[in-house]
Amino acid sequence: MSVTGPRLQPTLFERSRPGRGGGKIPHPPGDALARLPVEALRSRPPALPELNEPDVVRHYVNLSQLNFAVDTGFYPLGSCTMKFNPKLNEWAARLPGFADLHPMAPDEIAQGSLQLLWELERALAAISGMLAVSLQPAAGAQGELTGILMIRAYHEARGDEARDEVLVPDSSHGTNPATASMAGYRTITIPSAKDGGVDLDAFRAALGPRTAAVMITNPSTLGLFESRIGELLDAVHSAGALAYMDGANLNAILGRFKPGEAGFDVMHFNVHKTFSTPHGGGGPGAGPVGVGERLLPFLPSPRVLREDNGTYRLERAGERPTSIGRLRSFVGNTGVLVRAYAYIRAHGASGLREVSDDAVLAANYLKSRLAGPFDLPYDRPCKHEFVASASSLKAETGVRTLDIAKRLIDFGFHPPTIYFPLIVDEGMLIEPTETESVETLDAFADALVVIAAEARSDPEIVRTAPHTAPVRRLDEVTAARRPDLRWRSMAGAETPCPD
Amino acid sequence: MPYGPHTTADRERMLSALGLDSVDRLFDDIPPELRASPLDLPPPEPELELAAHLRVLAARNRTDLVSFLGAGVYRHWSPPAVDQLLLRGEWYTAYTPYQPEVSQGTLQSIYEYQSLMAELVSLDVVSASHYDGAAATAEAALMSCRATGRERVLVSRAVHPHYRQTLATYLGHGLELDETPLVGEGDAAGTTDLATLERMLADPARPVAGVISAHPNFLGLLEPMPRIGELAHAAGALFVAVAEPVSLAVLAPPGAYGADIAAGEGQSLGISPQYGGPYLGILATTEALVRQIPGRLVGKTTDLDGRRAFVMTLRAREQDIRRDRAASNICTNQALLALAASIYLATVGPHGLRDVAAGGAARATELEAALAAIGVPRLHPGPYLNEFAVCVPDARAVHRRLIGRGFLAGLVLGDAEPDDPSLADALLLCATELTTTGEITRFASALEEILGGRQAVGVEAGAGEAIGTATGAAR
Repeated sequence: MSVTGPRLQPTLFERSRPGRGGGKIPHPPGDALARLPVEALRSRPPALPELNEPDVVRHYVNLSQLNFAVDTGFYPLGSCTMKFNPKLNEWAARLPGFADLHPMAPDEIAQGSLQLLWELERALAAISGMLAVSLQPAAGAQGELTGILMIRAYHEARGDEARDEVLVPDSSHGTNPATASMAGYRTITIPSAKDGGVDLDAFRAALGPRTAAVMITNPSTLGLFESRIGELLDAVHSAGALAYMDGANLNAILGRFKPGEAGFDVMHFNVHKTFSTPHGGGGPGAGPVGVGERLLPFLPSPRVLREDNGTYRLERAGERPTSIGRLRSFVGNTGVLVRAYAYIRAHGASGLREVSDDAVLAANYLKSRLAGPFDLPYDRPCKHEFVASASSLKAETGVRTLDIAKRLIDFGFHPPTIYFPLIVDEGMLIEPTETESVETLDAFADALVVIAAEARSDPEIVRTAPHTAPVRRLDEVTAARRPDLRWRSMAGAETPCPD
Repeated sequence: MPYGPHTTADRERMLSALGLDSVDRLFDDIPPELRASPLDLPPPEPELELAAHLRVLAARNRTDLVSFLGAGVYRHWSPPAVDQLLLRGEWYTAYTPYQPEVSQGTLQSIYEYQSLMAELVSLDVVSASHYDGAAATAEAALMSCRATGRERVLVSRAVHPHYRQTLATYLGHGLELDETPLVGEGDAAGTTDLATLERMLADPARPVAGVISAHPNFLGLLEPMPRIGELAHAAGALFVAVAEPVSLAVLAPPGAYGADIAAGEGQSLGISPQYGGPYLGILATTEALVRQIPGRLVGKTTDLDGRRAFVMTLRAREQDIRRDRAASNICTNQALLALAASIYLATVGPHGLRDVAAGGAARATELEAALAAIGVPRLHPGPYLNEFAVCVPDARAVHRRLIGRGFLAGLVLGDAEPDDPSLADALLLCATELTTTGEITRFASALEEILGGRQAVGVEAGAGEAIGTATGAAR
């Protein structure tokens, strides 16, 4: 935060002054565009802001300081695995050999990246127990779409075309039903059992000749391992359906549970969760998918292939006609995948297992510290995250989970994920990750205990939090009713180039 | 574990607070028959050795070639300010701004991105980002189907082949995708065939939701965008323009020629090629379609004290709220790349961006002239900005030999578009503001030598065979 003065920043457009900037790009000859038809040209130059470099740097440095980030503090955002992002990985992705390589470069000059991608595929296959992996999907949700489209192709290839339903538990990520719809399926939502796990009987009742797939997150979004997963997978397969695993919570089970070995047909990985690639303020991520034998023919193209002579190449268009095709341009978010590769090699087999051991230990320790002040609706060992609830506290004091989340900001912490999964009243999904020290875990628990006490002694201070953030709570209703989605009065660029 | 904080004493303290003797007890809920086999991975690699290994891999890629390759991804000067600002942890180690009070940096930067991009494309609503140009185009197609209630999309064959393949994947179940052919000969060769487009739009049994064309198109040519828009609108379809953002400094923007939706690849705005990503999918539309656009939107509002602030808005379109009725399943997007594009635009400014676009056009004019002088003509006669196709016999073999001479001679069009015989012996070449006159001269000279040698010697033993083999193998 700024040491003095106002923290909020004027926009780029308010900072703009006609005539500022320049000196970056040489001026081309005045007739450079003379060969283009006049009607194809822009009649008025875009009114972009005019700034000099020091202005731009201050603008973005000052803006950055309005953000909470993993590099500034504890960010226990459940389901998002906000672990430390190693700096070596940023360095590696920027090596000119990786950063400057054109995605349509011929294979013979891209051997380093192709080898890296091939080895990363093998590593992810080893971690998941899947047979093969595609690195193409750009994010977890695109990995889900890839998986469900492969399942569709599988059923179609068997002439089994009556299947038009995808089953998801009511605790699932919103992306699961949204993905099913995008792939042309109807979503059937199955209520969870009382203990938070899948309701096996409800699934059995819903499974049938119309079921194309079941999408399961394991550990679940409640942070609980689905101990009945073996029976569920048997039931899914007996019904002729396939099983999709949402790998968002893989950070809990590295070296402990391999979805492919357990019988899942397909899963996605969120490398920006489990494998430490940065979240970027919303992205980029990468969402590789792993498949078992049934879906192998349908993997997106192009795949990365290793030839007998040890060289690597991309599959050519049309080389594998069973493929579902392409989900995006080029080979994938390679720059992100370089970081994931570095993370996996830095840890190795023993380190990855330790990641999950420590993530699960930290979550259980933190959970034990919150027993009492908060409800713990599923009181059994959790995996890498857990749900606490302010339901009783709210009944007693009127203070809601939202208020507690906002008050945590005043204590220097990013709030956990709140009101998700939807099935927990006043829920907070807390994921500490393995890279936070026990001192940090204690400080966070202490803060929550204090806030619970404040809810009784001084509820107003909680209800009106945050008090120390750059802004107070926002008027979201007006924002949605009268959307203002762009700066309107842009000026500048009308004047001739200053130099 | 390289990044973990826990000492043995820390772990013991946590375990003892839980009354456990081993962390294994916390995994007892995994049924024994489902427990993992050992991880078959190498041991941990110390940072020093890992760094050396990564350097070796990076060096196995060849990025030293003089490149004329574009084809949807363009080399540009990215001021070092862009990447140095991106390296601030406050940007890249934050996540989606769910808590606006501690995310005003990200939120204001997205609002500014939306504003900058809206000005460039001349449309009012810009989503906070999609995965890349291809995925943004696919989302635009789905959007046109939702908005019109129709189920058929027409895409020009001069849209990037990867985008067309992506469209086929996204629309391949329940929706119809047809390709509009290109004009074969004459002044309009290589652009969308308007007469055929009009006929395809006229089929009353198969009404069209959206018409997609790229400008400049995959072959570098300018398309008759205003006319395509008129034809689409006359048939009740939406018009989707695939635009290249740097070109919009000088070319008429989608909003000016009647596009309802603009999609495009934002990589050219300061983002390095990185062998495929992460890039920036641009998606923009009119106010009329704001509730149909997928992806995040940030709006301006105030806080309780009346201070200006920014917040994610119109969230009822999104998967975490609407689940199976959401406009898309997109969650994680490309926010950091939208930030990069904004910093790039703010740094080069409007005049700088014009110089980038016009500078590429000027170098491309030089390149065209230098190649014409050695007997390598353009394949199409129509206007282009900074990329064009040239006729080169045995293009694939020539391309390969030029790598040996230190040049990346653009794209072998026969590989990218194997079904189009008119592109069988052609290279797609591009110039940008980074291209120098010296590079053009040396490239033309190397190409002349290769072609001259080939013509003079006829079937020069080794080379001739190599050409024949390479061509045969890829067909």
